[in-house]
Amino acid sequence: MSVLVFTLIILVGACFAGFVGSLTGLGGGFIIIPLLTIVLHVDIHYAIGASLVSIIATSSGSAAAYVKEGITNMRLGMFLEIATTAGAVSGAMLAIFIPTHFLAIILGVILIISALLSLRKKVQQVALHNPWAVKLKLNGSYPTDDGIVNYSVSNVAGGFVTMLFAGVLSGLLGIGSGALKVLAMDSIMKVPFKVSTTTSNFMIGVTGAASAVVYLQRGYIDPSISMPVVIGVLIGALAGSKILVNSKSSGWLRWMFVIVVVALASQLIYNGIIGKI
Amino acid sequence: MATKHKFRDTDMQAVLGWVLRIGVIVSISIVFFGGVVYLYRHGSEMPNHTKFTGIPDFTKLNGIVQGILDFRGRSIIQLGIILLIATPILRIVFSIIGFILEKDRLYVFISLLVLFIIFISSIGGHIA
Repeated sequence: MSVLVFTLIILVGACFAGFVGSLTGLGGGFIIIPLLTIVLHVDIHYAIGASLVSIIATSSGSAAAYVKEGITNMRLGMFLEIATTAGAVSGAMLAIFIPTHFLAIILGVILIISALLSLRKKVQQVALHNPWAVKLKLNGSYPTDDGIVNYSVSNVAGGFVTMLFAGVLSGLLGIGSGALKVLAMDSIMKVPFKVSTTTSNFMIGVTGAASAVVYLQRGYIDPSISMPVVIGVLIGALAGSKILVNSKSSGWLRWMFVIVVVALASQLIYNGIIGKI
Repeated sequence: MATKHKFRDTDMQAVLGWVLRIGVIVSISIVFFGGVVYLYRHGSEMPNHTKFTGIPDFTKLNGIVQGILDFRGRSIIQLGIILLIATPILRIVFSIIGFILEKDRLYVFISLLVLFIIFISSIGGHIA
């Protein structure tokens, strides 16, 4: 297999990962890391580095669109970024000391949990009054078809701690941990769905950058792998977002994605246990 | 600017949107260009990434300038990737300016804190 063929395979795989990742809102990292490690036998550290770079690209690209529409809660994002960046830096430093087969097992488990989380029925709950939310100016408003909707934020401390954990996972495994971020915001802090998804997206870029600077210095960001990954994921994500605008996200697609992720993740866990990774 | 216009969240959102968009477009274009150069020069060689061996010197921070001067594809890609990583960080810098203009001291502090955490990790990453 020549460099050209190797690059093209990654490019096509990354396109697919970006496409499905954007349709389901989980991000491209879910498929790209298992693809690189299991199918192409790339060292998991390189895979994580490349995935981090692609996460920054897609999250920045889509955040650019959302932030202009005024749905993203910039203050909420900024405040929680204290937790995600602190977590991400610790996670990235930790990743250096954890043997690759352990990383593979942890990643597999987290992928399965996140995929299953994405299936859960969403029930919007109304936030209770929280003095911290007022002090930190986290309560906000966003435009809908029926005009401006105001909302408040609950359980600031609980959300903050969950974000810390999301940051650690992101730095450790090179995923955006968007599922966990959204969970922290809509289930714990009771932020409206549209705000929590766009704000999560807004935060993923900064979280990714915090870990990427560590990976970069460690030499884990290899240009020849990152190049097809980042270009492919971005193309796939763009295509996915175009489709998402035109149709309601369908249930079968979500199921298909979960099955793909669970299959890949089990493979990761299996390879991790027998020590092949 | 001597206008009476007060800087608001909506202005800041527009600016941040542009920062992110331009950052992604510029860095990806550089990555793409570097990729073409790299594949043109090395497309027929055999890849080996199964074991982590560290990346070549010309893609490291201190070797990258020389690499670009030598027109090495991977150095150019790495420059694009570094710019991409810098994009969200630049977004924080612009947020700080925005919060200063809004006179929101609390969020100037919070944004500075986030920037500080990233700064610490960028100088401490190779120590641990």
